[in-house]
Amino acid sequence: MKKEMDEKKKVGVFVCHCGRNIAQTVDIEKLMEKVREKYDVELVEDNMYMCSDPGQNLLKESIQAKNLNRVIVAACSRDMHEPTFRSAAQEAGLNPYLVEIANIREQVSWVHDDKEKATEKASKIIGSTIEKVIRDEPLEPLKIPVVQRALVIGGGIAGIQAALDIADAGYEVTLVEKSPTIGGHMAQLAETFPTLDCSQCILTPKMVAVSRHPKINLLTTSEVVSVDGYVGNFKVQIRKNPRYVDVDKCNLCDDCTAVCPVVVHDEYNQSLSPRKAIYIPFPQAVPASYVIDEETCLGIDPLICSKCKDVCLVEAINFDMQPEIIEEEFGAIIVATGYDTYPIENIGEYGYGAHPDIISGLDFERLLSANGPTQGVIRRPSDGKVPKTVVFVHCAGSRDPAKHLPYCSKICCMYSTKHALQYKHLVHDGTAINFYIDVRTAGKDYEEFYKRAAEEEKVIYVRGKVSEIIEDGDQLLVKAVDTLLGEAVEVHADLVVLATGLVPSKGTQEISHLLKLSCDSKGFLKEAHPKLKPVESALSGIFIAGTASGPKDIPETVSQASGAAAKAATILASEFLEREPQIAQVDPTTCGLCHTCINVCPYGAIYLDEGVGRITVREALCEGCGSCAAACPSGSIELKNSTSEGIRARIKALLQG
Amino acid sequence: MSTSKQEQESGIKNPNPKIVLFLCRWCSGKGADLAGTSRLNYPPNVLPIMVNCTSRIDPRFIVEAFLDGADGVLVTGCHFGDCHYKTGNYKAYRRLSLVAKLLKQVGVNPKRFRLTWISATEATKFVKVTTEMVEDLKKLPPYWSDENGGNSDE
Repeated sequence: MKKEMDEKKKVGVFVCHCGRNIAQTVDIEKLMEKVREKYDVELVEDNMYMCSDPGQNLLKESIQAKNLNRVIVAACSRDMHEPTFRSAAQEAGLNPYLVEIANIREQVSWVHDDKEKATEKASKIIGSTIEKVIRDEPLEPLKIPVVQRALVIGGGIAGIQAALDIADAGYEVTLVEKSPTIGGHMAQLAETFPTLDCSQCILTPKMVAVSRHPKINLLTTSEVVSVDGYVGNFKVQIRKNPRYVDVDKCNLCDDCTAVCPVVVHDEYNQSLSPRKAIYIPFPQAVPASYVIDEETCLGIDPLICSKCKDVCLVEAINFDMQPEIIEEEFGAIIVATGYDTYPIENIGEYGYGAHPDIISGLDFERLLSANGPTQGVIRRPSDGKVPKTVVFVHCAGSRDPAKHLPYCSKICCMYSTKHALQYKHLVHDGTAINFYIDVRTAGKDYEEFYKRAAEEEKVIYVRGKVSEIIEDGDQLLVKAVDTLLGEAVEVHADLVVLATGLVPSKGTQEISHLLKLSCDSKGFLKEAHPKLKPVESALSGIFIAGTASGPKDIPETVSQASGAAAKAATILASEFLEREPQIAQVDPTTCGLCHTCINVCPYGAIYLDEGVGRITVREALCEGCGSCAAACPSGSIELKNSTSEGIRARIKALLQG
Repeated sequence: MSTSKQEQESGIKNPNPKIVLFLCRWCSGKGADLAGTSRLNYPPNVLPIMVNCTSRIDPRFIVEAFLDGADGVLVTGCHFGDCHYKTGNYKAYRRLSLVAKLLKQVGVNPKRFRLTWISATEATKFVKVTTEMVEDLKKLPPYWSDENGGNSDE
């Protein structure tokens, strides 16, 4: 390294035209002239597209011909082509960390129009980058061992699919689900559009496959409480909340529910039916075991009540179970924390959810379900009568930036159509009316499904938004405008179903804080790139599947889950990961052992090695933020290739160049 | 404050202020790039320097930037809670708030130093902040022409 420092720095500057993207606002000729005049450089070249093969060849040939030992490419953002140019340089025998990018596109040519000033700024940026590159040292990437195990957070269809795919690829998976069973919202659905497959029939085999898979460790009633580390080496703490029923002993005899005195709303049935404090979420729940709801059970203090324990012949019930903290390491994490539906309590114009016969789409799914509160007979909640006229209100609380959600939730047109169709199948003489803004049917066989409902099955579609729903006797008066006829419409309905949109689930919000994942303006998790990296988060090694990143239908959710699983498997497949070597280093000759750096490091990457009495950096943990370098009172810590002296020289070059 | 002085203040005293702009690699740097990809426009007076994290910024970089001829320094990083390095922006906030206080105490106009948070999607905020700061500094004399240490207008 010493020799390298002493060697004369031969800097080559390569200026990209980017077609006209850079050249139209930066005078390339003048820029090259300035750089030649002002700075000590070996060579200045330009190319129409530096990232093209001829551009890269120019770079490689020049490195060899001129013996360049430092390279600057003045082009687009380093996020675009830094890897391209670094590997090109490497092919020509130059250490890739001796290549720097000067961003003269995103931060110059695309944002300024005064050609002279833009050229001046570009030259300053190149000058500043020269100050950096001549101080850069050749570095080798650090090799970090990978923990070949994945964590999937969320046990809905996305999490189930992702866990199965990773496990089938041969890696261990831990699937963490907050509620007592996996299955998620899909387990609540009656049938699925456009094929009218029974949702449970296609979902439950996958749930069982999860529970039987030797590579999957399923943790229900569990939550992730802390995540540390980085790609390949996440350290995760999971809290397994007590279930109070031993999963292995419970034989599903149902004796306990018969004696339980506590009756509460059943959340699986959208509170349309009661359940006991000891219950099984639904008959096909996985794990197949009862669970005690600790919020409402009286028996957590067995002196008050222990009726269920008394009748349980297999002695599966144990009131002494305690929360358990499980610590595990993972190489990759998939977040599949799903959605909630927009609360109808927020929608004032449709009665704030106060009227029992104005229900949400998910409520209606339960009424349609054979295992629902009405055993699949459509009965309205208020008096249990079979409704003869049902109004389906599309976009209830959606596409309404003034009051509600600004966006389209993508699935509501289709599920309302499905609801209307299913209703017609069950109540042959019934009338189903859909009020819609637009019917959006973008999906395989979706348009055909909608046509079938509207044309063959006599479901009525009225274009117009419902303005108000009021109680009228034992019916509901739905007021709307038919915007095709331009007339006010009033319809009496026995039941109104609001097609509410999707919002990020509470779990999605919590996990975004825990994992430091950024969210979009609606609170959904943000992808690394909305088009080209749809299942990757901005954090390396953390992937997103399903509705945690935005409304999706089941096919899209499942394909995302498989995509995320494939992405995670590419990490798990390698024994080592290469890590950026631009990390902190301590100069022990000036270090005063004040421990300031130890206190500021967010990763615990700096420690006092008591054996030698020196402050030492754990290379595998240092992320290279440089916080310690800025804090060190004696200037004894430097960030490799981002030294204080270098940054000061870069500032000087910007101002005086 | 007399009327004539106010009038004087509204006038341009420095048509071409130089502002050193610190970008963090993960949020504000990407926000600045997005301003480019969105073809937004802002004055070329801001001279960018990218560091991994705002917590890399040694307070002396700010002071030295003024000594090296900057008319202003703008530090931009991730919003609280968004820092790629967990807590770097909190550290930067604490350190650089002290710098702001110090600069004010030695007589540097507070408009010359700004610390703000810009996410990777806030290209419009990036443009607004940079444009505002350039406009503000045009109304102040060049830092070094100012014998009162950049504070003659107060």
